[in-house]
Amino acid sequence: MSTAPLSRKPQARIGVYVCHCGSNIAGVVDVKEVARWAGHELADEGVVIARDYQFMCSNLGQELIEADIKEQGLTRVVVAACSPHLHEATFRHACQRAGLNPYLCEMVSIREQVSWVHTDREQATAKAKALIAGGVERVAWHEPLEPLIVPINPTTLVVGGGIAGIQAALEIADSGYPVILVEREPSIGGHMAQFDKTFPTLDCAACILTPKMVAVGSHPNITLLTYSEVERVDGYVGSFQVTIRKKARYVNTETCTGCGLCIEKCPVRVVDEVFEAGLGYRKAIYRPFPQAVPKYPVIDTVHCTYFQRGKCKACQIFCPTQPKSINFEQKDELIQVEVGNIILATGYDLFDCRRIPQYGYGRLANVYTSLEFERLCNAAGPTGGEVVLRDGVTRPKTVGIIHCVGSRDSKYNSYCSVICCMQSLKFAHLVKERTGAEVYNFYIDMRTPFKDYDEFYQKVLAEGVHFVRGRVAEVTDAARHPGEEGKIIIQVEDTLIGRQRRIPVDMVILSAALEPRRDAQEVAHKFGIACSTNGWFIEKHPKLDPVATMTEGIFIAGCAQGPKDIPATVAQGAAAAARVIGRIHQTHLALEPVRASVIAERCSGCRICNNLCPFNAISFREDLGVTEINPALCQGCGTCVAACPAGAITGTQFSNEQVFAQIEGLLMLDFSGKPVRRLEPLAAAEPAFF
Amino acid sequence: MKYGYYPGCSLERNAIAYHESAMAVAPLLGIEFKELEDWNCCGATEYISLYALPAYALMGRNLALAAQQQLNRMVAPCSACFINLAKTDKYMADDPRLARLVNEALAAGGLHYKPGSVRVRHLFQVIVEDVGFEAVAARVVKPLYNLRVAPYYGCLIVRPTLQQLFDDPEYPTSLDRLLRVLGAKVVDFPVKTHCCGGHMTQISEETALELIRRLLKNAADYQADMIVTLCPMCQLNLDGYQEEVNKRFGTHYRLPVLYFTQLMGLAFGLPPNVLGFGKEFIDPTPALAKIGAEPPAPEKREHPSKEALPMPAMPRQDGGKP
Repeated sequence: MSTAPLSRKPQARIGVYVCHCGSNIAGVVDVKEVARWAGHELADEGVVIARDYQFMCSNLGQELIEADIKEQGLTRVVVAACSPHLHEATFRHACQRAGLNPYLCEMVSIREQVSWVHTDREQATAKAKALIAGGVERVAWHEPLEPLIVPINPTTLVVGGGIAGIQAALEIADSGYPVILVEREPSIGGHMAQFDKTFPTLDCAACILTPKMVAVGSHPNITLLTYSEVERVDGYVGSFQVTIRKKARYVNTETCTGCGLCIEKCPVRVVDEVFEAGLGYRKAIYRPFPQAVPKYPVIDTVHCTYFQRGKCKACQIFCPTQPKSINFEQKDELIQVEVGNIILATGYDLFDCRRIPQYGYGRLANVYTSLEFERLCNAAGPTGGEVVLRDGVTRPKTVGIIHCVGSRDSKYNSYCSVICCMQSLKFAHLVKERTGAEVYNFYIDMRTPFKDYDEFYQKVLAEGVHFVRGRVAEVTDAARHPGEEGKIIIQVEDTLIGRQRRIPVDMVILSAALEPRRDAQEVAHKFGIACSTNGWFIEKHPKLDPVATMTEGIFIAGCAQGPKDIPATVAQGAAAAARVIGRIHQTHLALEPVRASVIAERCSGCRICNNLCPFNAISFREDLGVTEINPALCQGCGTCVAACPAGAITGTQFSNEQVFAQIEGLLMLDFSGKPVRRLEPLAAAEPAFF
Repeated sequence: MKYGYYPGCSLERNAIAYHESAMAVAPLLGIEFKELEDWNCCGATEYISLYALPAYALMGRNLALAAQQQLNRMVAPCSACFINLAKTDKYMADDPRLARLVNEALAAGGLHYKPGSVRVRHLFQVIVEDVGFEAVAARVVKPLYNLRVAPYYGCLIVRPTLQQLFDDPEYPTSLDRLLRVLGAKVVDFPVKTHCCGGHMTQISEETALELIRRLLKNAADYQADMIVTLCPMCQLNLDGYQEEVNKRFGTHYRLPVLYFTQLMGLAFGLPPNVLGFGKEFIDPTPALAKIGAEPPAPEKREHPSKEALPMPAMPRQDGGKP
């Protein structure tokens, strides 16, 4: 794998192929002239043939290259066309079919880097020539490479037991492969388990979710690890070694029957900030909700009297099993598992509405967040589904629902949280249905795309819900006029009538933004993937590869990738599963041989590169005193190659010789396309530091 | 800590209580003032609306003088003076053309101002940022126990356009915190940044009185004993026009409107006569008589009914012990 330093430019027979891409390239670059020039002026550099063609990527274009390789005896190929992101694989395959090692083909981007970004024909043509000269100089130094073949462990790790993770786990398990599902909370279900109804069909969230939860809990191919978190990830696609911390439940799941007597007898009642979104209570030993999977409770040691003051043990005393299932001595367990692929479905956090103090959340009792309202509506929630004010009994007569709280606002999150419009419409409908109250929706734009969504909007409009277009200025209890006393007043500019309005209501619901998990950055780093500037996990391609990441073997699904509703989340969960199943079916995976490697004799063991690798591919061999790069984990980004002060790290396809040769080629022409003085060949083999 | 001091016209006339109390409190906080020599009017709110360039030149002169007298850290106790001076400095820094025109005007008087060379802050901002709540707390000898106060910031001091943002522009809480440090009970005052009417009292009294009424009503609704302000304009409007509001709307408000420096002085144990008391329209004596020597019994947390839903948890808001 390592590139032995070469000192003399290898002899090569090079073919240059210049693509018109219809008018995409030919409209700006004089492609015929470029091909003619390459054939003549680069003959000394090894070019034996140079052609232009309408669409090099077409079958006929590829066949042209294949024929030349065979007939002209080409040993290197340069294709000047679009970005290698699009057609590098196409031309590599063409070379391979003609018997040439695919890595002896180099692509030069004269579309994205030339024709699409320039307008001056003469200068664009000159730049295309320079880039091709760079490619020609470089390709001579290319070496035949073989992809790295790695076996794929058929077990998959799914992180996050919300609807995305559940869907992914079930799809993979149903196709016969083992899945390990890790969930941080005591039960799977995620945010969806907290909801009452789902838009636009208004079917009950629990009714459609719990069958899937039960299926996960009882599936022979799924190992469920709740109340657990991934601690560490080592290895690479096909064979990851994952360390999972199974937090102590203080309940022995072997003997516990889930009867719930311990919960009933526990004397400590605390506000449930997670499942009940702060609107309800739970005990210090608890099960988040009745349909929890698994059924076993956990002890919250922060509030448990025994853990805080050393006595009580009511749960243990009343536990009816023999032996007792409550074990105060239980410790966290670290579990090692081996998996081939990983799906991250870690979900979202709700925007903290206290960050917008003028909306009154936390100060004004009857201002609710969207998640609180879901619990308020839920038949299994703190009020048994009664929509009431914070006193727990009074029904509101007027309700205001504010959209985009923390979304589409440069002060907080500039993005649209996607679900809030439809969710607010659902709330409006539920308030009307349960209380008959007047409902006002305050929106910036109504966004109701997708199947049956706009029909739902029309239905809610027909139900007589009021819609006010404008961003709410403040929510206040400072009454100004008669009729406002004792109410919450929503001050808003109604931009459709061009007036300031003050609308007194009894209850306000804030449709809060979806935000990346608080620890998303940390999790991304742990799994070797990246977050966008907004903090969501970045997919490999926003349109064509939405569930893969730049790290092989790591997939993402659901809101961890960006805000989305339940149908889109389920689709992504299934999509990630399909990608993984496809991988497992291959049994082996060919990895790109573009890798960095350490020349051990030159490595001083300074370890500067050790923490720079975004893919955790670098480790230090204490016994040898040198750094080592795991070829399967390395993605060939080149960070360590650039950072190494000793020049001891070299990148395949990015060796010093190749890069210096390319630069030399680029400098053959000036900006007007005139040849400049040829530079003396650089002493490419030795880095400047030596 | 030494600061240049720009009193502005109101601190010499209607807001002399603010000036006197600021001067009395400053040494206790380690603040030393040197008044800017030969300062001129800040242009208030009107001039800039009518003739922008002369207004900037007028303020530019003060900045140039401050730079010349090496008073690079300036304090303006009046919110309008503060905003005008700080704004001029920022706009001159952001817009080289404005800086050139202002300096052309200043050249007539042999002056020049390089934007960014003087930092102007409000007196309250300096106390929050440089002195700090803990140092204030250390000076409290007569905590303002039992006094219910409505903290009124006015519309100018936390405007978001200036880089010197030191509190939330929509719902600031630093004055709340300072008053809590002094031992007072601070009421939620949702209109804390709403307009006091400014000079509308001279242009459209009806508009101004309605704005003043809203502020008084809200403070009274929250059962505040008084309103605490940090701007001479706010103080004048709320105090001086309170009778007028009562007459117009048939209300009976008797809400004293005091400067935060006056309450600091009282809590620091200074005698009222050095704190400018006695110049108010609404007599603060009955309200101040409520100040108790003993801390109030901890508020009984109303036992929520069985049905009541829990309130969201809020961050603790006490700013150190008095």
